[in-house]
Amino acid sequence: MSTKSELLYTLYKTMLRIRFAEEKLVEPILEGTVRCPVHLYSGEEAIASGICANLQDSDFIFGNHRSHGHYLAKGGDLKKMMAEIYCKETGCSGGRGGSMHLICPEKGILGIAPIVAGTISLALGTAMASSIRKDGNVTISFFGDGATGEGVLYEAMNFASIKKLPIIFACENNLYSTHLPIQEIRAKNTIVDIANPFNMQSYQVDGNNVIEVYEASREAVERCRSGNGPVFMEFLTYRYRGHVGPDDNIQGTHTDIRPKEELHLWLKKDPILQLEKYLLDNSLMNESTMTEYKKVVSDEINEAVKYAVESKFPHKEEVTNYVFRKKN
Amino acid sequence: MFSERKIKYSNALNEAIIQLMRNDSDVMLIGQGVKSPWYVGNTCSGLIEEFGEDRVIDTPVSENAITGAAVGASLAGMKPIVVHPRADFVLYAFDPIINQASNWHYMSGGNAHAPVVFWLIINRGGEQAAQHSQTLHSIFSHIPGLKVVAPSNAYDVKGIFIAAVNDPDPVIFIDDRWLYGKETHVPSEMYEIPIGKAFIRKSGNDITLISSSYTSFLCETAAYELKNKGIDVEFIDLCSLKPYDKNTILSSVSKTGRAVIVDGSWKSFGYAAEISAMISENLFGQLKSPIERVCLPDSPAPASRTLEENYYITKEKIIEGINKTLNYTE
Repeated sequence: MSTKSELLYTLYKTMLRIRFAEEKLVEPILEGTVRCPVHLYSGEEAIASGICANLQDSDFIFGNHRSHGHYLAKGGDLKKMMAEIYCKETGCSGGRGGSMHLICPEKGILGIAPIVAGTISLALGTAMASSIRKDGNVTISFFGDGATGEGVLYEAMNFASIKKLPIIFACENNLYSTHLPIQEIRAKNTIVDIANPFNMQSYQVDGNNVIEVYEASREAVERCRSGNGPVFMEFLTYRYRGHVGPDDNIQGTHTDIRPKEELHLWLKKDPILQLEKYLLDNSLMNESTMTEYKKVVSDEINEAVKYAVESKFPHKEEVTNYVFRKKN
Repeated sequence: MFSERKIKYSNALNEAIIQLMRNDSDVMLIGQGVKSPWYVGNTCSGLIEEFGEDRVIDTPVSENAITGAAVGASLAGMKPIVVHPRADFVLYAFDPIINQASNWHYMSGGNAHAPVVFWLIINRGGEQAAQHSQTLHSIFSHIPGLKVVAPSNAYDVKGIFIAAVNDPDPVIFIDDRWLYGKETHVPSEMYEIPIGKAFIRKSGNDITLISSSYTSFLCETAAYELKNKGIDVEFIDLCSLKPYDKNTILSSVSKTGRAVIVDGSWKSFGYAAEISAMISENLFGQLKSPIERVCLPDSPAPASRTLEENYYITKEKIIEGINKTLNYTE
């Protein structure tokens, strides 16, 4: 088995794990067993999978409200993620964070947070720490098109560029900032251009093509690792579900945001289907192997959900635990 | 620990930073003006020369990103100090401090923590007006997950700053530039003052006076002046605003039955209100008079010198507050 096909199998499996995990949450959200706000990543799997395939455990990532995919792609524990989404004591944040606060320091996942653009400066900081320590680590800051409206992004890009910090600003442009389409929130649509005034290498990438994502981000990661960062990357993609929860925000429904045709157009560009086609066309995998992969992943997801459901909620007496690390 | 050596507050702070950075390569300093005495007095003298521009980083005017970068570096295991040479500008950085750093340990169920020191310099007076004068510790003290310290002299600033940098949680350090020239005995070696411990600067039986930071300097002067007039003030210098030393306050007020709280921030909904409420909750019925607060009026800081004179807390205002409390009749 060649290295390339191994890589493609890994990317395929990572994307399947993300998709299946996300879609498995739809029912429990609708029936109310999952209550915390959940922002599904379905449709955007290629980005997290493609980028993180270039990273080591010691590299850092920070995410936003829509970060289940980032967490899984970087190696976060699936059971602990599910348990956290169910707000259980066994979750990766002990049930104190929920879906929007996943963490796994041993895999370099130092935190995700839903304040739009709120973790960009934190990512700047880990990149600064790597630069001071000369440890060769790279930081990925994942954010969406909505975050380009926040001033801190531009402050961070400027400082990162002045100091040549090993950070990739990874903008996942899914065309919607909560309820607003991109043309209503930006004077100019092409996000990638915002890197220009900061003298920064930039890429615009098809975010639904995992091979392209992998190739471009491999170059970007290498660039950062060799001291020639930072890099700005815009990934063009689309989320199948609405901003929050399983609702698809189709016009005519109560959320009434986007045309049905638009969603259908993007479903044809599905990142998993695209990779499956590539694997089949190049005789790298056959359909029965794909079915096997899906079965394995599906079983794993079911087991994780079972673990989450069966886990205990935090004790109510422990509501003020963890406010401080040290009680003075 | 006593030392014959007397040095100024600003030199003691400078010495603390130098010793911390020599002692631990994870300690770093970042902020606007660390190269410039114009911004930070002599508190950062010699740092770039000794530790280089990798660990002592002067920055563009980007408070939000720079403060967040300090928080991020702390998540990666560094012990960053981020300085805001005018506390007013830290308002740009509320997100990394209040949303991120203060919540990180809790939100992650104890799996990560942000050991960063936010160094806020109060640089007021001289007709600088409302945006160059603010004292914001009441706001930060309100936030779960933040510790707040506000020392009043050279010995304390060195010890509490070292404790703050070594503390695993985020700490706000309130640094009043009006204290920079004041001298006390300061040991040359490293030492820590525990966060949360107050100091009784003068013991007494008639009334308890409570303060912190620059107003502690005024309170101490007032307490000794009143001693000559036969008024026996017990003065507590808090040093740590959060957590603060409840036991020292309560045992003093249960002895004197009277309390005056002097706080250099605005009166309404402020730090003094919290201390007052805490005393009432614990010692209701033992108080001989209402608790008095000597604070700033609920007004932005003015420019004109005539208004400034009337705005800031003075020794006379503190003595007036003490007399009012002592002369209270039902």
